[in-house]
Amino acid sequence: MSDAHTQIAGDERIKHRSRFREALIRPELGGIIGTAIVFFMFLIFAGDSGMFNSQGILNWSQISAQFVIIAVGACLLMIAGEFDLSVGSMIGFAGMLIAIFSVTLGWPVWMAIITTFVVALAIGALNGYIVVRTGLPSFIVTLAFLFILRGFAIYLPQTIERKTIIGGVADAAEGDWLAAVFGGKILTGLFQWLGDNGWIAVFERGTRKGQPVVDGLPMLIVWALLLVVVGHFILTKTRFGNWIFAAGGDAEAARNSGVPVNRVKILMFMFTAFCATVFATCQVMEFGSAGSDRGLLKEFEAIIAVVIGGALLTGGYGSVIGAALGALIFGVVQQGLFFAGVESSLFRVFLGVILLCAVILNTYIRRLITGER
Amino acid sequence: MSSSTPLIEMQNIQKHFGSVIALAGVSVGVYPGECHCLLGDNGAGKSTFIKTMSGVHKPTSGSILFEGQPMHFADPRDAIAAGIATVHQHLAMIPLMSVSRNFFMGNEPVRKIGPLKMFDHDYANRITMEEMRKMGINLRGPDQAVGTLSGGERQTVAIARAVHFGAKVLILDEPTSALGVRQTSNVLVTIDKVRKQGVAVVFITHNVRHALAVGDRFTVLNRGQTLGTAKRGEISAEELQDLMAGGQELATLEGSLGGTV
Ligand SMILES: Nc1ncnc2c1ncn2[C@@H]1O[C@H](COP(=O)(O)OP(=O)(O)O)[C@@H](O)[C@H]1O
Ligand SMILES: [Mg+2]
Repeated sequence: MSDAHTQIAGDERIKHRSRFREALIRPELGGIIGTAIVFFMFLIFAGDSGMFNSQGILNWSQISAQFVIIAVGACLLMIAGEFDLSVGSMIGFAGMLIAIFSVTLGWPVWMAIITTFVVALAIGALNGYIVVRTGLPSFIVTLAFLFILRGFAIYLPQTIERKTIIGGVADAAEGDWLAAVFGGKILTGLFQWLGDNGWIAVFERGTRKGQPVVDGLPMLIVWALLLVVVGHFILTKTRFGNWIFAAGGDAEAARNSGVPVNRVKILMFMFTAFCATVFATCQVMEFGSAGSDRGLLKEFEAIIAVVIGGALLTGGYGSVIGAALGALIFGVVQQGLFFAGVESSLFRVFLGVILLCAVILNTYIRRLITGER
Repeated sequence: MSSSTPLIEMQNIQKHFGSVIALAGVSVGVYPGECHCLLGDNGAGKSTFIKTMSGVHKPTSGSILFEGQPMHFADPRDAIAAGIATVHQHLAMIPLMSVSRNFFMGNEPVRKIGPLKMFDHDYANRITMEEMRKMGINLRGPDQAVGTLSGGERQTVAIARAVHFGAKVLILDEPTSALGVRQTSNVLVTIDKVRKQGVAVVFITHNVRHALAVGDRFTVLNRGQTLGTAKRGEISAEELQDLMAGGQELATLEGSLGGTV
């Protein structure tokens, strides 16, 4: 009898939960608060350091955009209940493939990029296939690929070119249509106009006198925005999005209800590989070279951004917008510390602290949602 | 009991797992609009029996007639397509997801906007609220997480979902076994509502009182065999209890316990 009684009391409490508590239970909450705090702090401590003029904004936007691109992939995969620890190695490996195809083999750059994407998606699918077939934790399977792909990213250029950095991609990419999709800039007219009106800085002298210092929106940022919009749309507005939540929430229950869980998971591994390859391609186009050590530790940074964004490590819950805010916090803090003249190694301390805070907050939120347990 | 032919008729079903004879020839017919209780002690073969009914197991021998036609289910999806919905002993609900997302999981309604196929949340939310209200559950909102519902309410969501997606036969495997008193009565009320809509309900339990509260007919399984089907009013709680335990043994036991079992 006492059991039934407490149950009734429990129901009553749930029903009268305040709007405020209601608003609190959103995956993005931590990300929104964190973003507000971070901008507030740097406006105070680094407001006049150039962090918020056109170059400063471009600088931290680009760093953030890099984080965003891999965070979106990691986010959807984590919500589907899996991890990918091979993201960083995939960045190094994919970049190296583009350089080898285009520079060493002399293929047109568009062909090099497309082939690289195909290879990366196949590896993503293989990751996923092994995970769903064997039932092994994705942590272990993708850890194996972390080493395998990094190994190839070092071995291939060593054997082929006897070095660990392959340059010359910039020359090869000159005039290539697909290279421009990853390394180009858009809205140059708008930026020129902004410069002409004196709203953003222009060069005072030299050959580029009168041209704006920031002369366009890099495709890297366009990709980041695009991935956030598409990822958010798929997750929250489509049938497939419901399957992603279901696959990560309880794979068995989802299967019983007719959700193709294996297909969802494999596709999410492929999407993560896709995002890593977008990152790699943008980076190779920006630097004009590929290096064996590119993308080191990126998998962890992506996962941390996703967790700051409110996703649960156990799957079934999270938000693409939240993950993007987590990535923005990353980029702003990393570059902000630089602008504020703070020792950059403190960034790692910040990472550790904020990760811990985020995980604790998320655990609390999870308890709120699933009832105290 | 509005019809004279059973919606689903299981004839002389046998199921062997290697040397284990889980079912040794069980015959049961279920009519539309009736609540058919399947009683039996743990290990009696209740779950095995309904799993042959829902396409999980193929019977070793015996036949299944659905709406008078012989049926051979290759897998559970066939049975679901035919209108046989099962709420398994371990629920198919995801606590972190909203009631509305759970309700339509695997059956999401889509709305086309140009080339885009979108999850029709408005429709899903409206239907979920409606169906829940019909079952007597007032949700705070369709986005309330299933995790905040009580065990009884979760069972009710699962039942409402099965009915909404056109179940003609609804199989409930021990829906009340893990519930408290109040939650149990809620589920029993739900079963009653569903039956009145003309659905054939197969209600598995080993609790005689739960069975008598809603059952129209009662079939007792014991060690893979039926000991007959009784109509409501033809059998008392004590008789059912006896049948479940295999008659004689419990009679002796009961004597020593003073009729409290
Ligand atoms: N898949 C299986 N393989 C082997 N034996 C099984 C299997 N499923 C059930 N059994 C056996 O069949 C008998 C009936 O089990 P079950 O139908 O689950 O009983 P109940 O649901 O009435 O408690 C038990 O002895 C059980 O061990
Ligand atoms: Mg059972």
